[in-house]
Amino acid sequence: MKDFRRIALFTLVIGVIPFFTQSGVMLNFVMTALYACLLSQAWNVLGGFGGQFSFGHALFFGTGAYVQAIAQMQWGLSPWVALPLAMAFAAGVGAFVGAASFRYGLKGSYFALVTLAFAEVFRILATSVPFTGAGVGLMLPLKESAANMQFANRAGFIWLMLGLVTLALCITAWLRHSRFGAYLQAVRDNEDAARAIGVNPFSVKLIATVLSGGLMGAGGAFYVQVFQYIDPGIAFGSHTSVEALVGAIVGGLGTLWGPLLGAISLHILADLTRNLFGQLPGINMVIYGVVLIVIVMFLPRGMAGLGAITPLQWLRGSKRSDGDKS
Amino acid sequence: MLDLNILFPSVLNGITTGAVYALIALGLTLIYGVLHIINFAHGAALMVALYGVYMLKEKLGIDPYMALPIMVPAMFVLGYALQRGVINRASHGKDENILLVTLGVSIVLENLALLFFKSDTRSIETAYTLTTVEIGPAFIALPKLVSFAGALVVSVVMLLIVQKTDLGRAIRAVSKEKQGARLMGIDVDHVYAMCFGLGLASLGAAACFLMPAYYVNPQVGNGFVLVAFTIVVLGGMGSFAGALLGGLLIGVVESLGGLILGESLGQVGIFVIFIAVLMLRPQGFFGAKA
Amino acid sequence: MNTLLQIEGVGKSFGGLKAVQNVSLSVTEGRLSALIGPNGAGKTTLFALMSGFLRPDTGRVVFAGQDITGQAPHLNARMGLTRTFQIVQPFAAQTVRENIAVGAHLHLPRRAQALGFAESVAQQVGLSPQLDKLASDLTVAGRKRLELARALATRPRLLLLDEVLAGLNPQEIAEMIPVVQGIAQSGVTVLMIEHVMQAVMTLAQEVWVLAQGQLIAQGSPAEVTNNKAVVEAYLGHGTAERLQKNAARATAAAQEAQT
Repeated sequence: MKDFRRIALFTLVIGVIPFFTQSGVMLNFVMTALYACLLSQAWNVLGGFGGQFSFGHALFFGTGAYVQAIAQMQWGLSPWVALPLAMAFAAGVGAFVGAASFRYGLKGSYFALVTLAFAEVFRILATSVPFTGAGVGLMLPLKESAANMQFANRAGFIWLMLGLVTLALCITAWLRHSRFGAYLQAVRDNEDAARAIGVNPFSVKLIATVLSGGLMGAGGAFYVQVFQYIDPGIAFGSHTSVEALVGAIVGGLGTLWGPLLGAISLHILADLTRNLFGQLPGINMVIYGVVLIVIVMFLPRGMAGLGAITPLQWLRGSKRSDGDKS
Repeated sequence: MLDLNILFPSVLNGITTGAVYALIALGLTLIYGVLHIINFAHGAALMVALYGVYMLKEKLGIDPYMALPIMVPAMFVLGYALQRGVINRASHGKDENILLVTLGVSIVLENLALLFFKSDTRSIETAYTLTTVEIGPAFIALPKLVSFAGALVVSVVMLLIVQKTDLGRAIRAVSKEKQGARLMGIDVDHVYAMCFGLGLASLGAAACFLMPAYYVNPQVGNGFVLVAFTIVVLGGMGSFAGALLGGLLIGVVESLGGLILGESLGQVGIFVIFIAVLMLRPQGFFGAKA
Repeated sequence: MNTLLQIEGVGKSFGGLKAVQNVSLSVTEGRLSALIGPNGAGKTTLFALMSGFLRPDTGRVVFAGQDITGQAPHLNARMGLTRTFQIVQPFAAQTVRENIAVGAHLHLPRRAQALGFAESVAQQVGLSPQLDKLASDLTVAGRKRLELARALATRPRLLLLDEVLAGLNPQEIAEMIPVVQGIAQSGVTVLMIEHVMQAVMTLAQEVWVLAQGQLIAQGSPAEVTNNKAVVEAYLGHGTAERLQKNAARATAAAQEAQT
């Protein structure tokens, strides 16, 4: 199928980059760009395909990050075992938040607020609880080796992240060509109509949240491996939540390649800004915010355009699905 | 632990803080009640106002309470301009986009503050910063008492504006029936912008009351946003009385929570309430069914 | 003949308003029946109660012998009870084919199967030329057909059609009636809410009349339209008599003219 062939091509092309360049700057750029892609792709599963806008996606990111760190430092596990574990925990948190939110019919801005609230709660808890290192955070001991998922050369990290991005792409492609994906998008576009023709909105949205959370958790685990440090602000702060959603919206919600386009574009923009203005604190986010406003203003379908849903369609107005009232 | 001597001051503190929370929530309620949008930029706007008060004191030596006549109109203008110039334009008048745009605005504001002021926490010192007043077994900081009184006064003023003035009548008309109001010749865009302006103006006042007893850094907005939302949802979206009572209640919960769970965890209580209310009783205590 | 859907003493109130009061009726399998009544009578509410979008305050809903009172709509759809909406609810961002495929997926797990079946359903309702158009680009008539097709794709035993002809011009109505007829003839039991009397008279084998939440008449279309209570429900108190008097006078005048 076209989608999977293109994904394979993409993976191949990116995969061989480390063989063509030794430039640390270039490799670093590719690694961080791929990282940004994963975050936006993860968000896109729930936000773009599911139409449920989460403003607190850092919740899953942070969970994955902390589990990755704790699993190694306190449970003595190999990072390669910790990674799927981190994803599983993040997915589990997704299940919990999703079940609670959708059980009570939360949608639109209320869902966005609840996810934000959950992220904040986790942030505060992480600041107070000892096993997360409290406010100081956790520092992963340096021990470079492939077995320890700490690669001396960026190439190792690139391939690792490429694997995750490919996974996300495959999941997204599956959403485009499966019954589940059709059901998910139906719920996004018109929940009542979907119910009338046999779709169970609760389970569909729940599964999407689990998938989205798991992928986001992978991003968090990756962060810990690369930067060897995590604290509550990085883990659960709004920076990551915003990065994920702006990339997806800018690129085009509900599309296969949109989030990649958006994430990479933003990433390039951020890099350019850094080169022009230096390491100014907050300048990145200012740009993200402005871009978000501008895209919503002029290009609601994002860069991928056709076939992408607009942010217009997500807020149904009613907070709960209460069927017909006439 | 249940010693009145410890509880009473905590509750009193909670009430004084709660009054300012209520003022913040009132602005949000007004904006939600009329424009039917959840103003995500509310916290960031408060942060901007707090920096405004800070700068007025540090650079121009103007006392926060004296700054009221400057801050309130300034924030009003900011609110009006934001709504008319950015939010309305970007969302194409469609409710659906507004959350994203207000999110964008809040990101921009928060990080511009980070850019200009760095992430240090700043506070101001006034002659009365450390003055306390004795009420029973409690010693309440004077600034907090003043803020309590001030917040109530401003809240009442806002309520009067909405109930008694022509603008208020227009606001109420628009909130009930936008199209009908338009047909009656009311400039809906203008009313929307006025509402937003009023909402942010109340933040200007809140900042003047908060600053002497509090502090500012670029991130304070986030904490206030969720607290304000909790109050608004708790009190019932669109209900002024609900926002007022909700504010006081939340203030007390935070204070008692901090007492029982320790400073850092005190806020968790609020968010847990927020989540619980959203799920179990979304119309709050006074609001109509959402 | 079997009863496919039976509702017994169903009632629903909103606040103080009794939207539906003590309604009982049996839909016979294989029939095309209609539910009529003035605006605000509670017809759509009744549909919502039947299909699970609302839970009745009183009474039972029994489908194919099973009590489905208050059961979620998607479970009802799986059992073969599907409804359409008065105000069409397309998946606007998706194509006609994709829209219908969502319905088809109820019984067809694989994408290719569902898309293929969607094509044949589209043909059944006359939407074949529009298969790759976006739902949002369709005319009202097209959207009505899409709504119909999507529901049809779930292979329902009972199809609840809510004003499928509303908003259509006479030409479009004339084109839609055979489509509905075709569906009924293919074995689907149809219960339609309709205001377009021409369609009711042409299509329906049995009619129920709802007014102010209560069932006030039932029978064949001819019986029901001659029913005094029904006329009054639509046109106001005393109308039935007035109409009868006018009719009598007209008949007398015609007889005189003949002699």
